[in-house]
Amino acid sequence: MGFAASVGGTRYTFPELKTLLARATPLRSGDVLAGVAAASAAERVAAQRALADLPLQHFLDEAVIPYEADEVTRLILDRHDAAAFAPVRSLTVGGFRDWLLGAADSAALAALAPGLTPEMAAAVSKIMRLQDLVAVAAKCRVVTRFRNTIGLPGTLSIRLQPNDPVDDPRGVAAAVLDGLLLGAGDAVIGVNPATDNVETTIRVLELLDAVRQRYDIPTQSCVLAHVTTSMLAMERGAPVDLMFQSIGGTEGVNRSFGVSLALLAEARAAALSLRRGTLGENVMYFETGQGSALSAEAHHGCDQQTLEARAYAVAREFAPLLVNSVVGFIGPEYLFDGKQITRAGLEDHFCGKLLGLPMGVDVCYTNHAEADQDDMDALLTLLGVAGVTYVMGVPGADDVMLAYQSTSFHDGRYVRAALGKRPAPEFAAWMERMGIEAASGQGELPRLLAPELVGLA
Amino acid sequence: MSVPEDRGTGLHPAALPPGDAAAGRDGQAASGVAPAAAPARWAELRRFTAARVALGRVGDGMPTAAHLAFQEAHARARDAVHSALDAAGVAAVAASLGLPVLEVASQAADRRAFLLRPDLGRRLREADRAKLPAVPGAFLFVVADGLCASGVAAQAPGFLAEAVTLLRGAGMQVAPIVVAAQGRVALGDEIGGAMGAAMVAMLIGERPGLTATESMGLYLTLGPRPGRTDAERNCISNIREGGMSARAAAEKLLWLAGAALLLGATGVALKDEQPSAPLLPP
Repeated sequence: MGFAASVGGTRYTFPELKTLLARATPLRSGDVLAGVAAASAAERVAAQRALADLPLQHFLDEAVIPYEADEVTRLILDRHDAAAFAPVRSLTVGGFRDWLLGAADSAALAALAPGLTPEMAAAVSKIMRLQDLVAVAAKCRVVTRFRNTIGLPGTLSIRLQPNDPVDDPRGVAAAVLDGLLLGAGDAVIGVNPATDNVETTIRVLELLDAVRQRYDIPTQSCVLAHVTTSMLAMERGAPVDLMFQSIGGTEGVNRSFGVSLALLAEARAAALSLRRGTLGENVMYFETGQGSALSAEAHHGCDQQTLEARAYAVAREFAPLLVNSVVGFIGPEYLFDGKQITRAGLEDHFCGKLLGLPMGVDVCYTNHAEADQDDMDALLTLLGVAGVTYVMGVPGADDVMLAYQSTSFHDGRYVRAALGKRPAPEFAAWMERMGIEAASGQGELPRLLAPELVGLA
Repeated sequence: MSVPEDRGTGLHPAALPPGDAAAGRDGQAASGVAPAAAPARWAELRRFTAARVALGRVGDGMPTAAHLAFQEAHARARDAVHSALDAAGVAAVAASLGLPVLEVASQAADRRAFLLRPDLGRRLREADRAKLPAVPGAFLFVVADGLCASGVAAQAPGFLAEAVTLLRGAGMQVAPIVVAAQGRVALGDEIGGAMGAAMVAMLIGERPGLTATESMGLYLTLGPRPGRTDAERNCISNIREGGMSARAAAEKLLWLAGAALLLGATGVALKDEQPSAPLLPP
């Protein structure tokens, strides 16, 4: 069946659901590159009107990628919870938007999550403005636990990202200490290794675990290597808290990442078997990003934001501690400038939260994108108001290994202060116990965070 | 991917001082290693990393000097991305090696098109095809701006002087050097295929960061032709001051090229097993 709407006396038709979703998507370079974007502003708004009139039930009848062809589609439809869907099953996409902004409260949204498919979340986001994406996400509550409690109302956590160009342990340790002094690290202390190598991964895992134990930090650590590398490290006795993996919204993009749903399940089981969490069993950490499927030529003619939302269906299958979009990292051929990155970041956060994920965002850009620190300040502030679960913390906003700019430790302090947010409660208590605020204000390290304890002498 | 050699400061956690957790829940220092008598200065952390640590804070924000240093680094990186390819340095070194230089362009008409349409940066401008001579079986270098023309302009001449000499010493024939504007890595496949080269080494400007700028990458592809994938290439990255030296990169290229000819493939099938230090003479 097809879809149609008229704008300015011209009738626009859309042969399939995936075409309708793509044409309704606010302009971004990746959809133009893929050849799926609306050809004009009028066609885009026509698609948005047609989409608004579409019953949500239709998303259960027409898959954007065929059930037989894609294990992510099978996961989405096989896991759909009809009872949870019941409160909104009679609504159109437009009616759903009104319900989300109006009647829906935190409890209703939490109960609804298993009844929503990613395509429903993506669809409604396409007819929402930034303030709608912020307002609805702010009503969502998602709490996860490993060694602390992430996502409580009034909190905003930070992943401490102490990357080093050569995985030098002292470089990593110095950046960790710097971040701790500025209040980062309650989401995770997570290193992107410069090379995906088992020995390096083990070495960095042991370092991070030693830092955590010697400073007695109520948090978790992670080396963001491929799951197969992390599993090998684990077999050799390395202290793996969280299993990390980059994922996408189609079977093909996941294959390009070297993973499948079965492999992710195996990785999770391995991490659970170590029983390292003290407060909870959320052992997975996923990263995603609009454009990854097109980059892997595995997009099936879908728009990149719909596929991004489908990645969240993969994530929620594995009860993650943390999920974040790396929104501005994929490059300007997918999100060209600050305007496109800002909207995508808020869409990703909204869709992730609506689907029940502990959603963070890497508020970031590369030097070939038309963006700068002002754009990041705006997105960070918007996400803070939207209740983002966590953001990144990088020394001085400059990741010297990945060669891109993310949020700095200072940015984390700014957004917490501006919005009255606190770190995770266990971490906030630890900061107080360590005397971090007073010492850092004096340009000193608190005595309990002596650098020689982590090899910096 | 290749990274610079370990700086030799590697510290295995086993080498950390023995000790329990630094502090118990009651906030008292545990036995083991006692914290220093005087508190350490935050600024000391700068000794251990090139990352922007120990910037201090003013309220919650970044002090003015640190803020402006960041702005300057970003401005320089932005200008590097938008720099134009200056082939004079490459032409000078090519002349000294007795090699002609051929200038071509991709189908991306300008920088904006290059950034928005990676596919156009991988295809040769139709009119330039006639400029390319047949060099069957030769080793071909293509120099392209990629995401940092000033980076490749800075690194390519020194690298070419080393690499061409090494390859010739190993008995390989080196083709005229092609300089390609608005080029991406896969543009080398079409150029190399048109010329019938045995192998192409694409020298290309790497996306600049704030700290690592003016960096060049090298992508080696055996039997170049349109349709080759990134899995069929070997990469040497981070060729720059403070990264991999021109000499070390040229030696690695020679090793990879020799191994590729023996194996009949580049890419994932060809593992970089170049000895990490030069072998002693017999």
